[in-house]
Formats: sequence, structure tokens, C-alpha cells
Amino acid sequence: MYKEICAKYAPTKDNLIYILHEIQDTHPQHYISEEAVQAISEYLKVPENHIYGVLTFYSMYSTKPRGKNIIRLCESPPCYIKGSDNVLRKLKSILNVSVGETTKDGKFTLELCACLGVCGNAPVMMINDDVYGDLSEEKVEEIIDKIRGRN
Amino acid sequence: MKYYRSHVLIGINETSIAAGVHAFVKGLRAELSKAGLSDEINILETGPLGFFGKGVCLTVYPENVNYENLKAEDIPELVQEHFLKGRPVGRLMLDTVGKFSPKFNYESRIVLRNSGIIDPESIDDYIGAGGYEAFEKALTQMQPKDIVEEVKASGLRGRGGAGFPAGVKWSFTAPLEAEQKYVVVNADEGEPGTFKDRLIMEGDPHQLLEGIMICARAIGASKAYIYIRGEYKLCIMRLQKAIDDCRNYGILGTNIFESGFDLDIEIKIGAGAYVCGEETALIESLEGNRGHPRWKPPFPGVKGLWQAPTVVNNVETLANVPFIIAKGAAEYKKYGTPECTGTKVYTILGDVAHPGLCEVDMGTTLRTIINEYAGGMKKGFKFKAALVGGAAGVILPDRLLDVKMDFSSLNQYAAVLGSGAILVMNEHQSIVDMLWSILRFFRHESCGKCAPCKNGTQQLYRLITKIKKGEGTMEDVELMQMIAETMQQTSFCALGQSPIMAIRSAIENFRDEFIAITKEIS
Repeated sequence: MYKEICAKYAPTKDNLIYILHEIQDTHPQHYISEEAVQAISEYLKVPENHIYGVLTFYSMYSTKPRGKNIIRLCESPPCYIKGSDNVLRKLKSILNVSVGETTKDGKFTLELCACLGVCGNAPVMMINDDVYGDLSEEKVEEIIDKIRGRN
Repeated sequence: MKYYRSHVLIGINETSIAAGVHAFVKGLRAELSKAGLSDEINILETGPLGFFGKGVCLTVYPENVNYENLKAEDIPELVQEHFLKGRPVGRLMLDTVGKFSPKFNYESRIVLRNSGIIDPESIDDYIGAGGYEAFEKALTQMQPKDIVEEVKASGLRGRGGAGFPAGVKWSFTAPLEAEQKYVVVNADEGEPGTFKDRLIMEGDPHQLLEGIMICARAIGASKAYIYIRGEYKLCIMRLQKAIDDCRNYGILGTNIFESGFDLDIEIKIGAGAYVCGEETALIESLEGNRGHPRWKPPFPGVKGLWQAPTVVNNVETLANVPFIIAKGAAEYKKYGTPECTGTKVYTILGDVAHPGLCEVDMGTTLRTIINEYAGGMKKGFKFKAALVGGAAGVILPDRLLDVKMDFSSLNQYAAVLGSGAILVMNEHQSIVDMLWSILRFFRHESCGKCAPCKNGTQQLYRLITKIKKGEGTMEDVELMQMIAETMQQTSFCALGQSPIMAIRSAIENFRDEFIAITKEIS
């Protein structure tokens, strides 16, 4: 499976970022496994060490298995002054996890992130590819309930 | 062309999509057709409207009425009352309307001239608005060195934060003999509070492409990359469509307009690192490495992407270029101040009546921007401070509200124009708390390459956390400033050199707050 994804890209080092993106996006647990790193290393002919270097540098990649839905709440100043910490507290309590953890049912992983560029609607979070803005404690509860019901 | 009685401009963006704008548009079209108004009311799905309302927002012209937070169930009332009877629906309008009429669409704009007016996904709309004329002129009537000279003469300065003259940057790369040169667009917008580039790209992707094309022609590059953050899905989609359309129209490809000039543009996606806004770190990332900045010199203009001469420009900088080439440097210099020409795009956030996007002349004062473009402070709130330029910016108090906002004027106050983010704080908000949030950001984003920044950002966060908890002393406050000064002098790149801006401005302008929260040394 990893080899097939790699083969879509030319075997040059600059494609590493894209290969990592695609492998992570298509993995049901949204992470880059050790086997994946080995496969990429063979394909691109770059050391595993380099791949781990890149993988752990960028905040969008994970080396740990994650939940089906990844919540990324912005903690940068514009969201912070609009109360993102209250939203975070609420998320932690309804999901019963700390930052970086995955819920027991494997449905959600809670992460913090830097500015998402949607500050006009602060506080903001992304769940997978969708942006949710103007968050309040009530609103996040609704959003999470809705997603829970969906899958 | 068909004549319409009214035009409904609907903002399609990340938040309105989340609020179901596509279903709304469908519903609105159906309702208009039911009322027999399809030939009278034109619906245009466009980019940013200039204000950030909640949910689905739209503007109706020529009445200039703004609605926000529209739901499917509002459609019948909207159509019956407004479009049929001509009575705008008060309860759905933006709450500030009446007291404040947005100026956005009356201003002479450069970068945003098409935003919110044309359909950003239509190349024909862009061409209809005079698009690609500048590129054709640059290709068929001008020599590369003339283009560089024109941009130099315009005084255009980089809009990414540092303000380096764009024409001068190009002039380093243009004369070099090389097999391959590159144009790289920095669309990795990560400065907290800044999203002007997103709105520029969402609202008018072709204008950016035209700027890239002219730059490529000027320096002799046949390949350009747009390095954009992965989160900007709508931008990526619109830019890709724009690039595809250009290829189909023969505006990109080989032997463009029979001139012998070849160019292709490719989108490259980032993976989430603030430091990649630094041009050499961005190049490292494009090459598939960790985003660590490189030693300069050699500058990217001489040895950049894969060691080839590379011009790296910000989105807004390049979006200014088509105007300069089409209308000439002299016309461009009519905007702004003699030292800082042109306009600047700002995003205004926080406790103002009307958070939004505006493009104003360089040198416009902060007071004017807040009062005239953002409708003043939100009702019941008093101005305390504004964080200008994001985390790498400064905290300005009310006594500096009349400082002109341009690169040179702000320098006199040890302040920077930065990226164009203005975050307004009210009198109840704590400067210490704000600074804590900024320093937490830097701690997270330091890339770890050089010791001053790696260790310094940790120490700054530790100190401000202690102060925030009320356990710090004024000595800690002084120490913070000393560490940040050392970082400014010794850090490898602009990231580590930046925290001093916020720290110094906070301490100098709001010293009382630090005194109040710290303990006396016993």
C-alpha cells in the first residue's frame, strides 16, 4: 500500500512532504507508521533518519496513531483573547481526554495548533478538513454531538 | 450584457461553506425563480466581501445592504421583502448598518480591486476586468530590464513584513546567467491574526498569477512555485482552477503569446511550520527538508531553490505588480507616501464594531483605519491597545493611534508594519495575558536550529508564565527584556529576532500593569 502511494510521485526528495501527506491522509488512523517510513526511505533513497527529521518537524504529521476525527483548536493570540481556553476546557471535558490524546472509542483526537488564518471568526478549530468558527462552549458540544451521531 | 436591477454578491469562504452557503445559494436561486425575479436579480458567488459577518453573508447592490448569518428559512422573507418589495430586512442585516456604511467598495483599490466583485473562478471575468493586459504588455512591449526598472521606480516594497524593495530584489537575479531560475511565492501565511493573503487568493487568484508571470518574465524564470499552507483548501482549489484555465487559454505554457517565453506555475503544499515564512526556510521545505533557515549570504536571489537563482515574494507584493505594469509607476506612486508607495491590505480584528478586511493607502493612521474602516470600537468598549503585525508585531497604546502606518513612520517608534494584522483590545483585557499568549506561540514555533532562539523562547515563556501567575518580580520583567534583546542580536533568523518587539512595546507602554501584577522584592 505504501509502495503504491510512493509510486505516484517521482522518486525525488522534494516529494517527501507530499508522500507523507498522502500516506497520513489515507491511513485510517491518520499517522505515519514505522513501516511507512521504511517504504519511503527505500523509494526515495534517503535515510530513515532524514524522514523522521522532517516528519517530526512539521506540526501536521503524527508518528502516533490518531482518531478518526482530528480536532485542531487554534491557540494563537487572536483566538486566545476570544476565549479559546474556555473552548479547550469544554472539549477536554466532553471528550474526556487531554491535549494530544485520542478518545477511548477512537473517534476523536484533540490537538492544539497555531493560527489557521480564519481569525475573523475566532475562536476557530478545524475538524479534519472543515473549519468551525465563532466557537462557544455550547457550540462545540453541538458540533461534537453531531459528528458522534454521524459515525 | 444583460441588465439586472440588483446584484447579490455572496461571499464563498471557509466559514460560509461550513455554514452551508452552497445549499443557500441553490435555495435562493429557486426562490427567485419562483417569484419570477431570475432576470432581474443577479447572483454572483464571489470572494471576500470586506466584512466578516457570521455564517452566510451577502451584499446587495446598488443598495449596498449587508446581510449576515442567513439561514435557509430566511430565504422566502428575503425574496418577498427585499427583492420583490424593495424593503431590506432589518433583522437580518449586519448590526452596524445605519451607523456605518462600509467604505470598501468605494475606495480606489489596487490589490483588492476585483475582490468581491468578480467571480474568482472565472478567467473570463478576470480578463473582462482588464486582466492579463499587463502580462501581455510585459511580454510583447517591454524588455525584462524595463519591467525591473518600472517596479523599482514604483517604490513597491515587500509586503511580507520586512519591507525590502521588490524591484531591487528582482534586479539582483535578473542579470544572472543561469540555466534555470525560479519564482517562489510565499503563501505560507502563519502570522497570528493575518489572513490577507488567503483573502487575496480567494477573491482574485488570477491577479496573483499575473503578478507571478510578470516577475518570471522580468527575471527570466520559466518555473514558479506557490508555497501555500495545507489548510487553505479553498485557495488551493481556486488557484489550481486558475492555473488550469491559463494553460487552456495559452497564458501559461510554451511560447506564450508567440513571444518565445515559457512558464509554468505549480502549487506546493506546506505542512505547518511558522518558520517557513522565512524565505530560506521555505526553500528548504520545498526541497523536502526540515524548514530550517539557511545562512545568508548567498541570498536566494543568487543561490536559492536547488542552488538556482530564486526570487521569493509575498502574495500581496506580487498582486500589486499587474497594476504597476498596466498603469505605470507614476500612477502607482499616487497612492501612499513618498517613501512607502501604494496601498496596504489589513485584517482588523478584535473589539471593533466591524471586523474586516480593508485596503488603504500606506501611511493611513491607525485611528482612521479603526474608525472609518472598522466602524470604531464595539459598543460599550474602550480602546486600550492594538497588536499590530501579529505575534512578531508590536502592542501600540492609544497615544500612538495617530502614527502613520507605513514602514518608515513606524520605525521611528521601534515598531513594525509587519504582516497587516491589527488586533484591537479593549480596556478589560490584560496586556500581560496577551504577551503570555504571544510568547507561548514563539516557544512552539522556534525551529530549534540556533541556541538563542531555541533556549530564549523557552525562558521567555517560563518568565511570563511566572509573572502571569503573580509570582514574578520586576526583575523578571527586566530579565525578559534582556533575554529578548540578546536574542535579537544573536538569533539566526527573524523568528528569534522578533519577540523583543512585543515585549519591549508591552513593557514600555503598559509598565503599570507589570508593576501591579509583580511582587515587590523583599
